[in-house]
Amino acid sequence: MTHQYLKNVATLAFIAEKCTGCGKCVEVCPHGVFEINEKKAQIITKDLCMECGACAINCPAKAIEVNAGAGCAAAIIWGWLTGKEPSCDCC
Amino acid sequence: MSQNSCCCTSSACCGTPAIQTVSTQLTLKDKLGGWKVRWGLARMDYTMEPGIYAAGEPNETSPVLVSANYKLTFDTLRKHLTGLHCWLLILDTKGVNVWCAAGKGTFGTDELVHRIQETGLADVVAHKKLILPQLGAPGVSAHEVTKRTGFSVTYGPVRADDIQAFISSGYKATKQMRTVRFTMWDRLVLTPMELVIAAKTSLMLFGVLFLINLFAARPFGLFDFVVYAAAVLTGAFVTPVLLPYIPGKAFALKGWLLGMIGTGLIAWAYGWFAPPSLLLGIGYMLSLPPCSAYLAMNFTGASTYTSPSGVLKEMKIALPLIVLSLVAGIILLLIKTFVG
Ligand code: SF4
Ligand code: SF4
Repeated sequence: MTHQYLKNVATLAFIAEKCTGCGKCVEVCPHGVFEINEKKAQIITKDLCMECGACAINCPAKAIEVNAGAGCAAAIIWGWLTGKEPSCDCC
Repeated sequence: MSQNSCCCTSSACCGTPAIQTVSTQLTLKDKLGGWKVRWGLARMDYTMEPGIYAAGEPNETSPVLVSANYKLTFDTLRKHLTGLHCWLLILDTKGVNVWCAAGKGTFGTDELVHRIQETGLADVVAHKKLILPQLGAPGVSAHEVTKRTGFSVTYGPVRADDIQAFISSGYKATKQMRTVRFTMWDRLVLTPMELVIAAKTSLMLFGVLFLINLFAARPFGLFDFVVYAAAVLTGAFVTPVLLPYIPGKAFALKGWLLGMIGTGLIAWAYGWFAPPSLLLGIGYMLSLPPCSAYLAMNFTGASTYTSPSGVLKEMKIALPLIVLSLVAGIILLLIKTFVG
């Protein structure tokens, strides 16, 4: 069963001109967000992106940008209360 | 180059650092330990020494698999290596699993580079190829590692049970091996932790209720405990397990829906929707489903598909509603408690 979370929120951005088509983003993405078509990467299912940041950090051409971070509610509340970056020990 | 301060008796000693051999069979003790970790009883000290380990009888051409020094992760990996000969390079992730450690950056480029150098990996194997768990990718920059150490990084499958197929196919992962799942079983094993945390918070609440009971016209009793416990179970257990089958996308909404049903049914069975107890019924309908909603929302942290931006959006809407409803419900309950 494929899970679907909120639509149109992922901060994933892809700059096609920089892409060399190396395929590393396809290799690292845990949700199959990218595909290689005609020697270029392409975002095919943006709403499945969980903003883990794997594609961006592993893209040698710096063609991907995404705001990655801690995603649990307790961490975000903690971040609000302390004014720090959200981080948690729940995992 | 390699630091061989050891005085091992093995013939493989000279020039290489001490390497332990690991078994691919789990003992009862390993399994028991894993169970305790799931229930939050032994989390912190469940680590192991970082470094190089041998599974089977690897030689200088054998593959190198990289993993975290969380013993549960290590156990899951090694039990799927039966019949393989390979090296395991264990990073120091402070006893945190690969996915979470990658998010925190401890399963990261710097630690990997450091560990390669410290263990003298280049003297152990003749090739320059590392296999990392795919879930470690958010922390590691493959091209950066290559630039700094000469080792190339290939990401293996998400699940350890695909590792044999991955290696025998010449390091090719299918799309299915690359995709994380979040099965009912995956979700089920995560719930004990949620329950333990919820139970700890509940103890504080029970302390407060005990004090209130000293002055109450209608003290809290077993029925109140049942309806409360049901709401906690709904948020921390039932909602996570049934997740994809509950309508809605936001976790808080899912938890709130089930919380309304559960609390409603119990309150109705206790006759709290009839005049003398009506305040109680409404008070619980207002205060408990938000608790389920909050607990369910917290499960986003354990899920494998929620984006931080999505969670933030969900919280900005859900949290004010949760607090409002909770406060209104508590006021009604207190009126009932003190006025009777
Ligand atoms: S990793 Fe970067 S350069 Fe390589 S295919 Fe993906 S976007 Fe293009
Ligand atoms: S951030 Fe993660 S989930 Fe999103 S596209 Fe990149 S690798 Fe895939």
